[in-house]
Amino acid sequence: MAGPGAHGEAAVHGAAAHAHHDPNIGTTGLDNRKVGMWIFLGSDCMFFGSLIGTYLSYKGKSLGGPTPAEVFNIPLTSYSAALLLFSSLTMVLALDALKANRIKASAWWLFATAMAGLHFVLNQVYEFAEFVLHYGLTLHTSLFGSSFFVLTGFHGAHVTGGVIWLLIWVGLAMRGKLDPRDYTKVEVAGLYWHFVDIVWIAIFTIIYLIP
Amino acid sequence: MKRLASRLPLAASLLGVGLAAAGCGALGWPWDTPMTTVIPKSDFGKETHDIFMLISWWSLGIFVVVEAALVYFCWRFRERPGAPLPKQTHGHTPLEIGWTVAFAVILLIFAIPTIRSIFRTQEVPAATALRVEVAGKQWWWEFSYPALRIQTANELHLPVGQTVAFNLNAPDVIHSFWIPRLGGKRDVVPHRVNRLTMTPDTPGEYIGQCAEYCGESHANMRFRVVVHTPEEFERWAKAQQAPPVEPTEPLAQQGKALFAANACVGCHTIRGMSAGQIGPDLTHFGSRKTLGANLLPNTAENLVRWIENPSHVKPGNRMPDLGMRGEQSKALAAYLLSLK
Amino acid sequence: MATQAAFMPGTQTKAETGLWSWITTVDHKRIGILYGVSAFIFFLIGGVEALIMRMQLAVPDNTLVSAQRFNELFTMHGTTMIFLGIMPLGAAFFNYMVPLMIGARDVAYPRLNALSYWIFLSGALFLHASFVFGVPPDGGWFGYANLTSKQFSPTQSIDFWMLGLQILGIASMLAGFNFIVTIINMRAPGMTLMRMPVFIWMTLVVQFLVVLAFPAITVALILLMFDRFFGTLFYAPAGGGDPLLWQHLFWIFGHPEVYILILPAMGIVSEVLPTFARKPLFGAPFVIYSGITIGFFGFGVWSHHMFSVGMGPVADSAFSVATMLIAVPTGVKILNWIATLWGGSIRFSSAFLFSLGFIAMFTMGGLSGVMHASPPVDLQQTDTYFVVAHFHYVLFGGSIFGLVSGIYYWWPKMFGRMLDERLGKWHFWLMMIGFNVTFFPQHYLGLIGMPRRIYTYAPDLGWNFWNLVSTIGAFVIALSFLTFLVNVWRTQRSGAVAGPDPWDARTLEWAIPSPPPVYNFAVVPTVHGRDELWLQKHGDEHTGGKPVPRPPAATAADVASIHLPPPSYWPIVLAAFMSMMMSGLLVSFILVIAGGLLTLWSMYKFAMEYHRPPAEAH
Repeated sequence: MAGPGAHGEAAVHGAAAHAHHDPNIGTTGLDNRKVGMWIFLGSDCMFFGSLIGTYLSYKGKSLGGPTPAEVFNIPLTSYSAALLLFSSLTMVLALDALKANRIKASAWWLFATAMAGLHFVLNQVYEFAEFVLHYGLTLHTSLFGSSFFVLTGFHGAHVTGGVIWLLIWVGLAMRGKLDPRDYTKVEVAGLYWHFVDIVWIAIFTIIYLIP
Repeated sequence: MKRLASRLPLAASLLGVGLAAAGCGALGWPWDTPMTTVIPKSDFGKETHDIFMLISWWSLGIFVVVEAALVYFCWRFRERPGAPLPKQTHGHTPLEIGWTVAFAVILLIFAIPTIRSIFRTQEVPAATALRVEVAGKQWWWEFSYPALRIQTANELHLPVGQTVAFNLNAPDVIHSFWIPRLGGKRDVVPHRVNRLTMTPDTPGEYIGQCAEYCGESHANMRFRVVVHTPEEFERWAKAQQAPPVEPTEPLAQQGKALFAANACVGCHTIRGMSAGQIGPDLTHFGSRKTLGANLLPNTAENLVRWIENPSHVKPGNRMPDLGMRGEQSKALAAYLLSLK
Repeated sequence: MATQAAFMPGTQTKAETGLWSWITTVDHKRIGILYGVSAFIFFLIGGVEALIMRMQLAVPDNTLVSAQRFNELFTMHGTTMIFLGIMPLGAAFFNYMVPLMIGARDVAYPRLNALSYWIFLSGALFLHASFVFGVPPDGGWFGYANLTSKQFSPTQSIDFWMLGLQILGIASMLAGFNFIVTIINMRAPGMTLMRMPVFIWMTLVVQFLVVLAFPAITVALILLMFDRFFGTLFYAPAGGGDPLLWQHLFWIFGHPEVYILILPAMGIVSEVLPTFARKPLFGAPFVIYSGITIGFFGFGVWSHHMFSVGMGPVADSAFSVATMLIAVPTGVKILNWIATLWGGSIRFSSAFLFSLGFIAMFTMGGLSGVMHASPPVDLQQTDTYFVVAHFHYVLFGGSIFGLVSGIYYWWPKMFGRMLDERLGKWHFWLMMIGFNVTFFPQHYLGLIGMPRRIYTYAPDLGWNFWNLVSTIGAFVIALSFLTFLVNVWRTQRSGAVAGPDPWDARTLEWAIPSPPPVYNFAVVPTVHGRDELWLQKHGDEHTGGKPVPRPPAATAADVASIHLPPPSYWPIVLAAFMSMMMSGLLVSFILVIAGGLLTLWSMYKFAMEYHRPPAEAH
């Protein structure tokens, strides 16, 4: 609570001047949209944490039905994990291109990211179909069925949302409505995408890999 | 009006003091009521009551100090006309640390007996304890004594001075088993067996009630508890183990025939006659002082009301109206009351 | 700090009027008023529900309402008061005051702010639509499984409750993101975190609690929805599910929720007391750290709501100790507030009286809470009227008294008129007396064995007299609120005009006109300390007793250069389509698909509305 020193005021004044230029940058120098996305991701962590916690608390407690060991297709889901990891790379490349005003390249990398995500979701649809049709594992077969489908289903829904979001950027880019000014907006989508990837790593490890 | 307004603070203060004093029993608020929690009649109840009294006395002390300081400061530091701006004190770190530590120490005083009591009251009961299986169902209580081969409902009999180990089961939704005068409650949770162990120390009649909202007639899910001397308990147990009494009165005999010929047998057990598991065991229904889970005295009139319109007496009642009227319901009532 | 297109300052220095301007507003002050009015109306509805319950319980074996009706009443009373009363009343103050107190022109995301309100309103209406369809929720405000399963609750009553809460949760979380970014990123120059007013700190902690705790109830409700709609087994004992999973998830949300309910009131009291005692808050850093500690450790005590379920002695002990630990920062705050009065020069305004009432009543509620922290003691108290008394002392005696104090304190700022002080004092004393007459006897009723959530009781248990007394008290409370309504009615037209700083207060919101211009601050202030306005008026020992310089007077050029976001109808449109989608879950799948697609489309339009803002004015 000391009185204002010259240094303090100048630093603050500098931030204020910068803020006047770009209304999204706050007095701390951080971008509102990035802070907002980080907070949202923290919240989403608690969401997935609750779902994973539910899965773990019911692990081994099913009264019947197929067991995880019987149904899990580790090669397929490993491939899906690799897809998402790869898509995080293409996301970074997309942002890099956008910053350098290579819009077409950026749009292609964004498209690649979205397609990798779409591929992930299609893998998941295939996996769910196998479980239901081949193994008879549904939402109401057992605790495993209930908790597995809800947890991975909501993750898949998050990926789907991300794919749609990315495709919107691709569409805008193709119509000339994307340029380096939009870097932070796309960066924020990238943060979301990386988060969804990390959640999958957690799910893959905890649910699929650990016996 | 202004006079009245200026009297309000005084009135409120007096009311507050009055309520507080009454609470402390100075005006004799009765504490010895049928479902009181503060005059416990078991080891469990007494142990928890001691901790309650410890916390209560400290709370009263803290309350008096805090509220007195509040009132005093308001009076002492009220604005005087023409007074200068007060000193802008921002805080006093040693004081703040001090009262934080003091408060933490007081809580430690509560925590130690608390943890001791938690472990003591949740010990595995001795093998000599009387085991009672309790099932809480919407909206009645089933009690069975496996060692004594007794199954009954809504009226729990216990011998004084013997540890009783309740095993609590819930076939439908969550309920809570609570006999306030004896001790604390324990929930009955589906697919889980909870335990409650206590030793009643005073013969008498007590009341229990479900303490977890469980649907429409939650308020009507009560039960009666009788703590006997050992000899009386023996007698009760023997009577319960005996086969059902054969009715001698014609009306009661008519009732027995009606019972056997109707849907009653699908829900209720009367040993030797029916084996229904959905409703209470009625083998010795006549020996119970109340009906409907301690809802009404067990008289012919009330029983007829129950039989003719179960959901009127207990809203949402799982027992349907089987259309018994007039002579039929009277006969059934006579039969059931004869099952001593 | 604008985030969107410029407007023509000449035409919009005065707030627009008319219904459409309110529907499309993105001005945090208007949104605050919308929250406040809505909250007050729902608070009255919840109050009527309480009065009916108290009338039913006034005498034993009463038949005023049926068992089913009573169960619906206590469910809706609790749900309404918590989610539609206290939370939005807090939101009203966050919305109105946060930008003003940190020297900002609006929140970080004004349209998202409006969206939060409209989603809140649709959730509230969705919940109350259950009355229209004859199936009000009846599972209790904490809806324990497996009573809420399709098997034991076959009507749509629980669906209304479940989906209504989901909608309300989304509104709260969106607001949470908004306010966290606003408080972190939009403070005036010089306002370091420790120079923020305590109300802002409490708000910040509350918003973190919201965004981190609501996901747990979101998941709990999703699992319930899947059980009820798709036959999953999460809470189904027959399938191996554990009803206690609901309790854990619910209370992991539920305990932080009670801090969400009390911290705003604590923040308000921390502003009101210093103003009327003419001294700074005693130990403000301690109070701030206590708030942060409570927020953080509040996530570790949830199972103290579950002491009777049989978790085992280790869990019981751990949660008991954690709960007692949390009582420490909560309790010492009371001493800080009282010490603020020491050596002060106290003016007994209505706002001050309500804050005093808060301290007195919250102390009592806190002490009964300490009793509940001990499981052996709690086993006799949980699910009885003793705990009903406890939580009404902290939620009504605490939150409501604190929020009402805020209403009286900030009313002049928001509406430009002073409320009548005499009527305010009548309100206070009637509420104080009525509240204590209603709830103090309930401690006694609980101790002599009266369980909660019962629609009637037998006449021979010794509960009759004090139930009747409690009912009378409830009507006195109702009378006290009538006093407030009369006060508002009388003063809106003929009340004394309030200047910018009628209370000789300490924080930035009192440096601007009452009500504030649409842009709040013509010149963004520079902040030198926690009570910036006080420093401008009087200085303190850190400034050598000299007042710090006031910001220069605003010029027309200053005002002309201000950019504010223009109104938008996308918030209400998006909220409407979301409601359509949610309603579809109860009506028809086609409505879900249609509502979902329209929601996605309007999200896109909302996001793209300012993808390329029109060229700025300069």
